Amino acid sequence: MSDNLFDFEDKRDIAWCPGCGDFAIRNALLGALQELGIPRGKLVMVSGIGQAAKMPQYVNASFFNGLHGRSLPAATAIKAVAPDLVVIAEGGDGDMYGEGGNHLLHACRRNPDMTIFVHDNMIYGLTKGQASPTTRQGTHTPVQVFGVAAEPFNPIALAIAMNVGFVARALSGDIAGTKEIMKRAILHKGLSLVDIFQPCVSFNKLNTMQWFRANTYALPPEYDPGDRAAAFAKALEELPFPLGVLYESGERESFEETLPVYREDKSPLRERKHDTDALRALMLERR
Amino acid sequence: MSQYEFRGDLSIVLSGEAGQGIQTIESMLTSLAKKGSYYVFATKEYMSRVRGGCNSTEIRVSSSPVSSRVSRIDILVALTAGAIPHLGERIGEGTLVLGEKEIVGYEGMIDLPLTAIAREIGSPIYSNSVAVGAICGLLKLERSVCEAGIRGLFSTKGAEVQEANARALLKGYELGVELGRSVKVDIGPPADLSGDIMLTGAEALSLGAIAGGCDYVCAYPMSPGTTVLTTMAEYSKRMDILVEQVEDEIGVANMALGAWYAGARALVTTSGGGFALMGEAVSLAGMIETPLVIHIAQRPGPATGLPTRTEQGDLNLAMHAGHGDFLRVVLAPGDLAEGFELMRAAFDVADRFQSPVFVLSDQYYVDSYYTTPPFALPDRILSNETIATDRGYKRFALGSRSGLSPRGLPGRGEGIVCVDSDEHDEGGYITEDPGLRRAMVAKRLAKIEAVRSAVIPPRLYGGENGYRVLLLGWGSVKRPILEALAALHRPDVAYLHFPWVFPLPDGVAECMGRAGVCVAVEGNATGQLADLVELETGNRIDRRILKSDGSQFAVEELVERISANAV
Repeated sequence: MSDNLFDFEDKRDIAWCPGCGDFAIRNALLGALQELGIPRGKLVMVSGIGQAAKMPQYVNASFFNGLHGRSLPAATAIKAVAPDLVVIAEGGDGDMYGEGGNHLLHACRRNPDMTIFVHDNMIYGLTKGQASPTTRQGTHTPVQVFGVAAEPFNPIALAIAMNVGFVARALSGDIAGTKEIMKRAILHKGLSLVDIFQPCVSFNKLNTMQWFRANTYALPPEYDPGDRAAAFAKALEELPFPLGVLYESGERESFEETLPVYREDKSPLRERKHDTDALRALMLERR
Repeated sequence: MSQYEFRGDLSIVLSGEAGQGIQTIESMLTSLAKKGSYYVFATKEYMSRVRGGCNSTEIRVSSSPVSSRVSRIDILVALTAGAIPHLGERIGEGTLVLGEKEIVGYEGMIDLPLTAIAREIGSPIYSNSVAVGAICGLLKLERSVCEAGIRGLFSTKGAEVQEANARALLKGYELGVELGRSVKVDIGPPADLSGDIMLTGAEALSLGAIAGGCDYVCAYPMSPGTTVLTTMAEYSKRMDILVEQVEDEIGVANMALGAWYAGARALVTTSGGGFALMGEAVSLAGMIETPLVIHIAQRPGPATGLPTRTEQGDLNLAMHAGHGDFLRVVLAPGDLAEGFELMRAAFDVADRFQSPVFVLSDQYYVDSYYTTPPFALPDRILSNETIATDRGYKRFALGSRSGLSPRGLPGRGEGIVCVDSDEHDEGGYITEDPGLRRAMVAKRLAKIEAVRSAVIPPRLYGGENGYRVLLLGWGSVKRPILEALAALHRPDVAYLHFPWVFPLPDGVAECMGRAGVCVAVEGNATGQLADLVELETGNRIDRRILKSDGSQFAVEELVERISANAV
């Protein structure tokens, strides 16, 4: 039994494969939540479908575990209706970048004050080993039997191009580093995206932890994440991939701040009631 | 001598290309006719294009309430030559065709020099106001009321524009009075309509949504469902309503579920094609027992179909939306008052039974408008029935007969609120335990029975002293059927109307049993309500009066077809 507020008092049967990077990511997440002192009742975990998207099941907090690829529209609404909640959307590369790609684009545009953690193992785990949007070209799978032909999706470059205010990449094997990035991401006002490299021990024999360690490097301390153009150039670097906070900017208003319902009245939308007299006035204007 | 003589309610049709200003004429004319204390009904048909083509608006002006379309045209104001072939057989011997002969080129028409008069005033753009004036003069609406009315309509456009339009209207008015010497128009005595409101189906639905506590609207634009989106957006300037245009319909439905989960009352508005994309989210609503209200303004399918026209073809889609077994409720308004009533009810039923509720209207319904007494407003606008959670709160607690478990909201109370699209235990955690699966299936199915306590029963019109023929219908066919029945003088024919369509209310078989002949009247190609009624009651629908050409039944058409089938 752990002393983490977000862990369970009883032992849970976790459905991930032994050795899965998801365990390390969970440890980093629980640590980040605890260290930030987030009230347990204020957290809502939102996810879609996939192995990574099971994360809310293993965090002792409220959750909305919905449909494949559809976590972001639900998460956006939850935050908009109750801005006092802390909203984290979590899922894998297939869920967020494949099935949910369009929602990701538009979450970047809206900029809700929430955090997206993507477990990026460059493969589909739950459906057993097909290519994901981030699978490297040439990788052979039971479906892509001649090797993947399509260009891999670059979430970091996309997010910087869309001016997402906090864009980072972490490696699941580095639990302490991942936890620190998660804390900064959660604290960031506006949308934050953290792409977390992790090995899939069952279905990805190519991109192992050893491979990730050999093909990544930590951004040096003197790196300035405030320079968007430089960050974009960094985001294009591959083999090795840079790890750390690539871009950070506080210039954008959050979705909730831009909503007319919060322009004057800051109370959460769900606390308000319509007034019958105002409705009557609206109706009688049609006289 | 006069070739034209119109008594009682008047059917005026405006027809022209998209972009020629039919809508401007329509809104001026209906506004002035109502100010002149006449009942007004207006409906439009238009092509799926922004410019060109040929569209028309029908306006009925009457001294008694009118709320349906007719095929007869008393006065046609034609703005383009295309109007004549476009309206075809609806232009009869008795139709007075007005417009500029040089443009329209119709032999039997009366020439109105609209553009020439408008030019005298300063610009051809005033020709629409001249046309409105001519009709007002012909209808003998009070001249001062018309002048004050048009000044009011242009009050925000600057003094010069206001003045020019008033002058144009008055010039047109003289033209109409002159025309009145040879054309006899007697609508009947004006009524006192000062207390009445005049609004579209989309507005009635939107006001009903607010009365139902709606505070969140999300949608992807799609005709004709967009009408409710734009109306709610307009209302959001004055009420606390979050209106968000979402990237696609899948995002729309999932966003609405997130909003309900967190405590809002969210409305989705769409049309059949958009709704088809929401199927999985509807199923999610069933699984996570989260309320959802979706307004579907139907248009003819399959696929893109006739994008701007009308049909009642999506009942089967709505009843069966989403995979798996769970409660879905389908409501369908037949007139403005029902639109307000049912949209409000949709929010309460969705909330009480933690289930998806669909309100089915159609293009004819949302776009048409008429005068009606104001709706009765609730003393208090309801919000969600939720509880403050305690530490051991379980969102899907088993044990109630109704299958319902109290709904908590995240961040409200000591507990946590966990919902999952997978089969889950009482706490919301994934399970594959067969016993729990059976219990959760039973929990969801129990709500199908529980909702019977909230059913709005079908409404019987006519047949007070018994009936031999029973018509059955739903949605926007209601008003045309009632007007056709009034015209038919057939006390042996009654109409059973279903504001609550699905799950089919009890008592239908008994109503049918009292009739010798049952006839369904529906705006679709197969008779989707008729199929449902036959399946649920075991009784036979003897005949089906159906229409799926993109337009609503005209009253005359129904008179004819009911006569032929009610035997």
